[in-house]
Amino acid sequence: MANKLVGKDFTPPDLIAKLTGRAKYAEDFRAENMVFCKTLTSPIPHAKIRSIDTSAALAMKGVLAILTADEVPQFPPPQSPILAKDEVYFVGEPILAVAAESEAICADAIEAIKIDFEQLPHVTDPLESLFPGGPDARSTGNVAASQINLQTLKWDAKDFADAGEDKLPLGKPAEEWTYGDLDAGFKDAKLVIDESFVSGGYSHHCLETRTAFATWENGKCLLYGSNQSQTGAHANIARMIGIKPDELIFIAEYCGGGFGSKIPGYPNMAIAALMSKKLNRPVMHRITRLEEYSIAMARPHFQGRAKLGFAADGKLLACDLYIVQENGPTLGTGDFRAAGTAMSMVYQPAAMRFRNVPVLTNTMPQGAMRGPGENQFVAVMEPIFDSAARKLGIDRMEIRKINAPDSSSKIGPDRGPLTSAFQKDALEKAAQIFNWDERKKRSGQRNGTKVTGIGIGQGYHTAGGNGFDGLLRITPDGVLHIHTGVGNLGTYSQMSTARVAADMLNYDWENTVVERGDTRKGLPWNSIQAGSLTASTQSRTMYVAAVDMKAKLQEIAAQMLGGAPADYDLGNEKVVSKNGGRSITYKQAVEKAMQLGGKYTGQEVPAELNPITKSAVAFIAGSGLIAAAKDKLPRVGVTPGLTTTFAEIELDLETGKVEVKEMLCVLDCGTVLHPQALHHTVACGQVQGIGMAHLERHVYDPKLGIPAAAMIYQSKPPTYLDVPAEIQMAAVEKPDPQNPMGVKGCGEPVKGSGASSISSAISDALGGHLFNRTPVSVDMIVNHLSGRQPAHKPLQINTV
Amino acid sequence: MIVRDIMADFELYQPTQLKDAFALLDQYGKDAWKMGGGYDSLSWFKERHKQPKAVIDLGGIAEMKGISETADGVTIGALTTLTEIENDPIIKGKYRVLAEAAAKVASPQIRNAGTVGGNVSQDARCLYYRYGLPCYRAGGNTCFADTPEGVNREHALFESDRCVAVSPSDTAVALVALDAKYVLRSSKGERIVSAEDFFVGPKVDIMHLTSTRPEEILVAINIPKKWAGSAFYFEKVADRNTWDFALVNVASAIVVKNGVIEDCRIVCNGVSAVPRRLTAVESIVKGKPMSEEIAKLAGQSSTRGARPLNYNGFKIPLMANLVTRAIRDAKV
Repeated sequence: MANKLVGKDFTPPDLIAKLTGRAKYAEDFRAENMVFCKTLTSPIPHAKIRSIDTSAALAMKGVLAILTADEVPQFPPPQSPILAKDEVYFVGEPILAVAAESEAICADAIEAIKIDFEQLPHVTDPLESLFPGGPDARSTGNVAASQINLQTLKWDAKDFADAGEDKLPLGKPAEEWTYGDLDAGFKDAKLVIDESFVSGGYSHHCLETRTAFATWENGKCLLYGSNQSQTGAHANIARMIGIKPDELIFIAEYCGGGFGSKIPGYPNMAIAALMSKKLNRPVMHRITRLEEYSIAMARPHFQGRAKLGFAADGKLLACDLYIVQENGPTLGTGDFRAAGTAMSMVYQPAAMRFRNVPVLTNTMPQGAMRGPGENQFVAVMEPIFDSAARKLGIDRMEIRKINAPDSSSKIGPDRGPLTSAFQKDALEKAAQIFNWDERKKRSGQRNGTKVTGIGIGQGYHTAGGNGFDGLLRITPDGVLHIHTGVGNLGTYSQMSTARVAADMLNYDWENTVVERGDTRKGLPWNSIQAGSLTASTQSRTMYVAAVDMKAKLQEIAAQMLGGAPADYDLGNEKVVSKNGGRSITYKQAVEKAMQLGGKYTGQEVPAELNPITKSAVAFIAGSGLIAAAKDKLPRVGVTPGLTTTFAEIELDLETGKVEVKEMLCVLDCGTVLHPQALHHTVACGQVQGIGMAHLERHVYDPKLGIPAAAMIYQSKPPTYLDVPAEIQMAAVEKPDPQNPMGVKGCGEPVKGSGASSISSAISDALGGHLFNRTPVSVDMIVNHLSGRQPAHKPLQINTV
Repeated sequence: MIVRDIMADFELYQPTQLKDAFALLDQYGKDAWKMGGGYDSLSWFKERHKQPKAVIDLGGIAEMKGISETADGVTIGALTTLTEIENDPIIKGKYRVLAEAAAKVASPQIRNAGTVGGNVSQDARCLYYRYGLPCYRAGGNTCFADTPEGVNREHALFESDRCVAVSPSDTAVALVALDAKYVLRSSKGERIVSAEDFFVGPKVDIMHLTSTRPEEILVAINIPKKWAGSAFYFEKVADRNTWDFALVNVASAIVVKNGVIEDCRIVCNGVSAVPRRLTAVESIVKGKPMSEEIAKLAGQSSTRGARPLNYNGFKIPLMANLVTRAIRDAKV
């Protein structure tokens, strides 16, 4: 392989369109005869719908149709419905949709609709729901998640009484797993600590709201959406619309931010599609910022408790972890499980028990957000490890190093293997660049009213999958078309991984086209664009497709020039005889392929390909030399993405304000595909981490059940003046042995290490004080510094 | 049913002369809405909680723009943008505290369009009021913030009366510290009022934060010469360093002679429905040497009488520390 592209900076082909405004997002499309639709949403957190009267609305001039829950596909509860039927579970939940000639008419019509609600008790705090006699978020139960059936679970009053207000009660869990000898671990421990904690919820704040535009042509639905994933979401979107996958054309060329909230498609896509079908007219369903804050999901709050037993050298001998998750009113998200796995991975306890319970709440549906579970967990856990190091009298770096995973480490309850882990290397490299031994001396130093804090954070997320398909095509003009179905989240990994195929085929990047963003372009079955999966997973599919393409080029050369395929190698867009002299250009090879047909032009495809890939090949069959292959490369174990961030802050002792002075992030991400894109990912992750650590809020009024942070200015993501001007980055640069390019993903853990470095630094600036929660906001710091009691109870959520 | 986040229709007027604006106000009465830079107004319209019949965009009225020195000090047109104030050489040179306050409002984009008149006239940002709930300030008969569960971290410490919302303005504290006067004009004439009469608390008018009458327009703000070149201090503590409202902010103007505080005005916002001038603190420090000790005493004294809600008790030490800084760190 030439390796002239991988590892080098380049301008992704979609970047200029984004910067110049040429990029068309879902809301930018228009069609003749197009109409708008808008949803009527619940003003009440929990109620039964007794009756709906739409007569006045339907009589209004310009109103075209109303779509109700009876007209859309139904999913088993507590899955998110497309439109609420019979019962509503959160403020902002869509109940019906109105289509009209303009959005203004839609709004007027909604105001004219009458709904008779029977209000039901609601709950925003899981512990209130778990208390005997506490309210349930649904009439049918209060606990559910993926793989946890909807059920009613109440703890004993004694559980609460035993715990008091400062500790998480340890009632009956929904799930539990254990490995190792927990009792022996605690018995042997030199230090045992028992901390209860809270991590806050967070919105995604996608710049592009989830607008959907739909129209139908020849029995097929053309859906223009804002989505992270492309073919990974295709079947689910079709399911929500109630059509077969091959009846859907999904167009999502650009995505103005997803951060986990736009992975498999989402219900309001179906509203546009079904309203369009009902009216037989194109329908635009624009989502406002306020609606986005209602339906776009959020990272859930945690209420947790960790009992940790350390040996004298800092080694974690035993961990007993319990996490209660505020799961929203639907299936929610598996953050709680991921947090338990993260504990087992990042800190490698010799023995561990993990218990959890996801509790339904009448808040907006919860969903994945960048490092779901792992990131909020490390943000509260890293200061606790600092505290343990101080109590044991050991260096804060050393306690992390002694517990850090390496390639022989295990993960999770099954103690499964890892493909590689170099977190010790990451910590050592960061310590060296950050000059840890000198830097830590600045801890606690005063500069006027300000005090310096030095923090270390770590982050983890799984970072690779396998089993997807790669698809490449060389057209008669000699251009390489790299077909990618992974989606365009905006991280540029879609483009970075495409370069793997170009590199392997010795292509000039200028002579390639990345085919993406539209079913009609022939997009193969690829991973969802999420979960830090793309870099590793998609580099594998590009690799296997390029191997197939290379084999076909060699076969064609052998047919044209004689000899065996193995006698040929790839030159500069040529197939060249290894013996020197004779060669054919790729263009000539394609010309021959067109004569040969069959497997060379997509008329025959391997049976093992996913139906979506077969359908994609059918779109482009006969238009060039086609390579399509399934990734059957071996992968044994979890591929972990690991990062560490070191940070220095100044904390003003009079105002509680935190100024982040410096951040350095070091990644165990294997081979770096695209340095600039990685730096972009790291910088974004550190910025989001700063928000998670001390600024952002996602709060509900518990009495009214209404969101108290439903606009960007109320939610407070970091601004340009809240982050350091520069964020440093380095990579360990040790390739993962189970990826052909050595690649691992790291998009998510960078946020976790960023957040936890700041929470660690704040604690350090305050002499090791543990807030045991995120975010640590100005009010908490000021209260602490002035000797006032915290305004919130230790396990209270919705407080910032 | 309720629908939000989409504007209802209104008639838009864009007069270029004040007299035309007055005529429109007289014509539409309570159905008219005066709009400056639009940031507060458009937010209300988008939420659909305010649905005026006629919106009078004052942005085209040239005589309400600009900064000029007068025999008595300086006059600032109410439509002067916050960016212009931030960068104006007269303001920066003689009344620096106002330039510093203007520079801390919201974000650069908002300051480019947002006006000083709008900044001092803007409505409360209580989340319940903005959510459209029928609270006292919205004409209802309850307060949703002042409850055991209420999200009231950003609410008032002082002089709340049924409503616990605070004045969100950054420039207001600087203008009160400078003893500015507010020029209110209507078709019937002009009145010039001081801060004490311009900003009103819930005891006086629970539905408005200023005394501007429906038929009046705030056309200018006059700053007297007296405090030109004094020692000044401004600081805003918000969660974020841009695009955020103050948790507490402070402004001071101090005349120091021979190390002694001869005169001063100290004002805090974010703690009550009106910019809170700390007259008691002023009286404590006047005639005293400018020292760390007196600054600390001023801070400690400033919060006397504070009645915190469940989540805003932190504002007591924060305000005390900011008042200390407003004396200790004031610079000419």
